[in-house]
Amino acid sequence: MTLLAFDWALFIEKLVLIAVVIFGSLGIALYSTWAERKVAAFMQDRIGPNRAGPLGLLQPFADGAKLIFKEEIIPNSANKWLFILGPGMAMTAALITSAVIPWSSHLEIAGRIMPLQVADVNIGILYIFGAVSLGVYGIMIGGWASNNKFSLLAALRGASQAISYELAMGIALIALLMLTGTLSLKEIVEQQMAPGHYWNIVYQPLGFLIFIVCIFAECNRTPFDLSEAENELNMGYHQEYSSMKLGFYLFAEYVNMFVASAVMATLYFGGYDVPFLNESLLSPNVAALVGIIALMVKIVIFIFIFMWVRWTIPRFRYDQLMELGWKKLLPLALANMLITAIVILWLQHK
Amino acid sequence: MGITAIVFWILSALTLFSAIMVLVSKNPVHSVLWLVATFFSISGHYIMLNAQFLAIVNVIVYAGAIMVLFLFVIMLMNLNTKTEMKKNLWMKLGGVISGGMLLWILISVVRTYAEQSKGHPKIASVNTGEIGLIKNLGHVLFTQYALPFELCSVLFLSAMVGAVVIGKKN
Repeated sequence: MTLLAFDWALFIEKLVLIAVVIFGSLGIALYSTWAERKVAAFMQDRIGPNRAGPLGLLQPFADGAKLIFKEEIIPNSANKWLFILGPGMAMTAALITSAVIPWSSHLEIAGRIMPLQVADVNIGILYIFGAVSLGVYGIMIGGWASNNKFSLLAALRGASQAISYELAMGIALIALLMLTGTLSLKEIVEQQMAPGHYWNIVYQPLGFLIFIVCIFAECNRTPFDLSEAENELNMGYHQEYSSMKLGFYLFAEYVNMFVASAVMATLYFGGYDVPFLNESLLSPNVAALVGIIALMVKIVIFIFIFMWVRWTIPRFRYDQLMELGWKKLLPLALANMLITAIVILWLQHK
Repeated sequence: MGITAIVFWILSALTLFSAIMVLVSKNPVHSVLWLVATFFSISGHYIMLNAQFLAIVNVIVYAGAIMVLFLFVIMLMNLNTKTEMKKNLWMKLGGVISGGMLLWILISVVRTYAEQSKGHPKIASVNTGEIGLIKNLGHVLFTQYALPFELCSVLFLSAMVGAVVIGKKN
């Protein structure tokens, strides 16, 4: 049996890791909905959800149960298969990005080294870019299959927005790549951890600013949530959806937010690096645990920034959105790339 | 049959099935989505050849950008079977002839290769080739093939300028 000539231990290890990452992402997304309502309430001087459990902590489960038990309606004139496929694609595209994120260094269990990253591919950043560019399919298919003109308009808006902001995002990333010289996320984190080296945000502040604005646009978060602008489009691309399909769309947004925060923390803020601490002095398992906690703290801070912005800045108009993307961010990203390249060349030939 | 062979056969079946579905689907939106599935399975083949860079660029450029624009246009035009243009007979005949000639060339390429490499056949290097990795590919592109690479970028630039000029007319 040649089939058995296969590293089954590795297979099981990766399977467990994937399960933990997916359920972890979903769990954090679940509680992001609670946090969003609490943050909104805090900003508007209200109390927020406080009935289900202490501090309203059981509210997400109540919401989930409600969504599952609601009646599910598929419109008569909708394209049935694509209508069902849409929310699934939105969720899949949101989750697959998590495969290349290094959650921490590595665990050592019974002499076996277990890296806490599903796949350390040498094209990590490009993989993220690919996964982001697929995120638009969920919105487009759902909006078109609903056979509703408001949904279709919202879907087209969402698609053109995503394509426009991908450009500036890609160019901001190229400047980062020139600096790191590698596409592997693990190596990028290790470079930032090395003594005498600072986090990438120190070298690329403008690049990070462009990147975070583009991430907001790609995640469809306010101020760029043009595809669900209630006042002009009734509700947006998920208008015809009900029950858990609607839940999937709303939930995918929070998963996206979580994964995007992890990406930003990894690329610009040292990933699982704890500042002013030499991890190599700790035993591997303790270092891994400390690393996970550090990364999670950074992610939570980013998720809070997402919510802070949402409840502070009003939505852009569509022409303002396009102008910001094409006429401001793109030239800025190009200038950033050129300056980075010149400085790197100058430092090499000094 | 090792695990690589099993994955290869599954991927090939998926590629062919989705490619056929692109042609068979009545609804243009379905065709586009099947085409996206085809690109994904071809990317799977690239990964099996250890060409990770090609695989992901295939997904980013074709599935992520070009197909989204296709979908965009098809959704805006809202094509359905009623408004589909009737193509005349000559057009169909031309299509059959040019398609057949393309098939002819492809078959002849495979056959000449098989005849030339008789006795010591070269098999695609699965999981071992190094040239598909981004480091080696970049090195080759910017040294050995620097001129064609730059010419390609000029071609793209001129295509972009052309598109802008056409768009500005109205």
